[in-house]
Amino acid sequence: MTHSEFDSFRPPEPTRRRRPAGKRGTGRRDSGDGSREMPMVPEPEFTSYYGRPVVKPAPWGDEVAAYLFLGGVAAGSALLGLGGQLTRRPTLRRNARLSALTAVSLGAVALVKDLGRPERFLNMLRTIKVTSPMSVGSWILSAFSVGAAVPAVAEIDRMSGARLPLGPLRTVLQTVEGPAGFGAAFFAGPLAAYTAVLLGDTATPTWNAAHEELPFVFVSSAALASAGLAMITTPVHEAGPARNLAILGVVGDVVAMRVMEHRMDPVAAEPLHQGKAGAMLKWSERLAAAGGLGTLLGGRNRAVAAASGLALLAASALTRFGVFEAGQSSARDPRYTIEPQKNRLAARRAAGITGDSITTAR
Amino acid sequence: MGQLSGPTDPTADAHWEHQQPRKGFFTDTSVCIGCKACEVACKEWNHNPRDGNLELLGSSYDNTGSLGASTWRHVAFIEQGQDRITEARESGRALVNLGMPRIGPPGAAATAGPDLAQVDTTPPDTADFRWLMSSDVCKHCTHAGCLDVCPTGALFRTEFGTVVVQDDVCNGCGTCVAGCPFGVIERRSDGMVAVAAQREEQHAEHAAVPNAGVAQKCTLCYDRLVADETPACAKACPTTSIKFGNHDDMVETARERVAGLHAQGLTEARLYGANELDGVGGTGSVFLLLDEPEVYGLPPDPRVPTADLPRMYRRAGMAVAGMVAAAAVAFLGGRA
Ligand code: SF4
Ligand code: SF4
Repeated sequence: MTHSEFDSFRPPEPTRRRRPAGKRGTGRRDSGDGSREMPMVPEPEFTSYYGRPVVKPAPWGDEVAAYLFLGGVAAGSALLGLGGQLTRRPTLRRNARLSALTAVSLGAVALVKDLGRPERFLNMLRTIKVTSPMSVGSWILSAFSVGAAVPAVAEIDRMSGARLPLGPLRTVLQTVEGPAGFGAAFFAGPLAAYTAVLLGDTATPTWNAAHEELPFVFVSSAALASAGLAMITTPVHEAGPARNLAILGVVGDVVAMRVMEHRMDPVAAEPLHQGKAGAMLKWSERLAAAGGLGTLLGGRNRAVAAASGLALLAASALTRFGVFEAGQSSARDPRYTIEPQKNRLAARRAAGITGDSITTAR
Repeated sequence: MGQLSGPTDPTADAHWEHQQPRKGFFTDTSVCIGCKACEVACKEWNHNPRDGNLELLGSSYDNTGSLGASTWRHVAFIEQGQDRITEARESGRALVNLGMPRIGPPGAAATAGPDLAQVDTTPPDTADFRWLMSSDVCKHCTHAGCLDVCPTGALFRTEFGTVVVQDDVCNGCGTCVAGCPFGVIERRSDGMVAVAAQREEQHAEHAAVPNAGVAQKCTLCYDRLVADETPACAKACPTTSIKFGNHDDMVETARERVAGLHAQGLTEARLYGANELDGVGGTGSVFLLLDEPEVYGLPPDPRVPTADLPRMYRRAGMAVAGMVAAAAVAFLGGRA
């Protein structure tokens, strides 16, 4: 406070308004002049630095969300392919194998496209690092792709009447196609589940808070999506296992999602119910339920089966995009970083644990 | 591989043959004058391109905004009135009364700490308004989320215990960006943000943005450390708000300084990152703050996500088993 002889010329000071205790955006001027546009959530109940995010959202585009979906479809299809192989369902086997290769290839392309330096994608296989789910996942994806490609090429060769220019390799291909199918199925589960660990192992509040149940959501989503695809591509008399898997997937998906939302930090769970992500997840549940019911009641009708399959595929895509988007929006709003952290710190202090805070008095 | 959480020596965990003492910063925000010499020195030394569009952000004197791919030091400006100062003082006092962290037997620690109940806490010089200025930087965490999740090995632990990106290895996958609990590391965009300002045209011939598409952050001036030099920001800081040295010395200096401020009645002073029992195993860059961390844009209780990774893998394993079982049931179970 300065005093000068010009003080008398000042306009009268507005009486200091005590802001309500909760509302205190740091440094925010109450007399905003309109030009000060701050990315603030309305009425924040916490302090932040001008409403700016604390953590940074991953620089990932929709390609990564699409990969979450496609990887799941590929994984489930490989399992269906192996089942078809073992239970002598040639059409289911062929279609599932082709689906697996197509989905995994598209997914890999999406992943590479999303890199900041796509030409360096091979650096992913430069090392094996168990602390990095991205590294572990890259190896899973590579191993899976080999396992999925061999049987799929064998199927293409059979479909084209042995016209692929394979020469003596054809015998090799036919010998290894069965074992390769096992290989793909072996890596199928990890392929469907690692993406959940990839998202969980981040500082992105909603993903991190969901890390306990997210793997279950993702494998269920993978199962119902691949089963849905098989119900579209395969005639009903061979698609029985796909229908079973679809129903199990739907049950798993709905239950796991509910349990997840229930068990995670309530503040960090909010983005799952808001905005675009909230709408996508709501529709995902509806479509999954509809697809599951359709499968259960009319799955032996080709048209109903195909429609249900489509609903299931859409449900899975919406789950992936919804979870992805919820996480990204939780990172963009400081509230989801600060509030759960303050709450858990306060809870630990209340429980008498005072030695593990990053802020200390000495 | 070292452990995933808790107190440890990161350089030893990285199996360096010739170990150096761990280096770090102590940023004492109580003497920062907000001159931004550190920001400028950092940009110059590291050839970091311009960040953003030279906009006025309307956040006090801070038009930098936040740390990022091309901003490795960021000076925060916060304007506070009476209420907020009182609150900061109270929260600091509460922290002192918690007596944390406990070092040694609880009884001894309790007597060793100053009892601030009797101290005269008449505010020395801040009346009803204050500025907080704080130069933020990468924390060079003991357990660095960014480093743990990097799939290419582009991020590595140096012999000085710091965390550095190898520009020629990183493929810009962006995992580290989400892995950092402090929002420090970022993938550098190619700087194609168009602006209509004339300034833009003046600088139009500037060289293309280096390392575009690659993750970038503070290196604690690795190139200067190997030459036994002080990092550019610490060298440029006119008030010695940024101190650089061996990590142990920095923590000790920080502890002395905060005790001194407490003795002057400035109970709002507190340390950030000096506790090796915290969620990231302590930070290489220690800060002295005058308010709650979130006021400065710092997370109040960061935790390296990898600390929970073994658990996540176990849950994922259970999910995989469930999926395989579901597929088996689908084929073997009835009514197909
Ligand atoms: S502050 Fe972030 S970028 Fe810096 S070492 Fe820690 S995790 Fe990595
Ligand atoms: S963006 Fe680069 S430094 Fe970051 S995790 Fe990916 S490869 Fe590693």
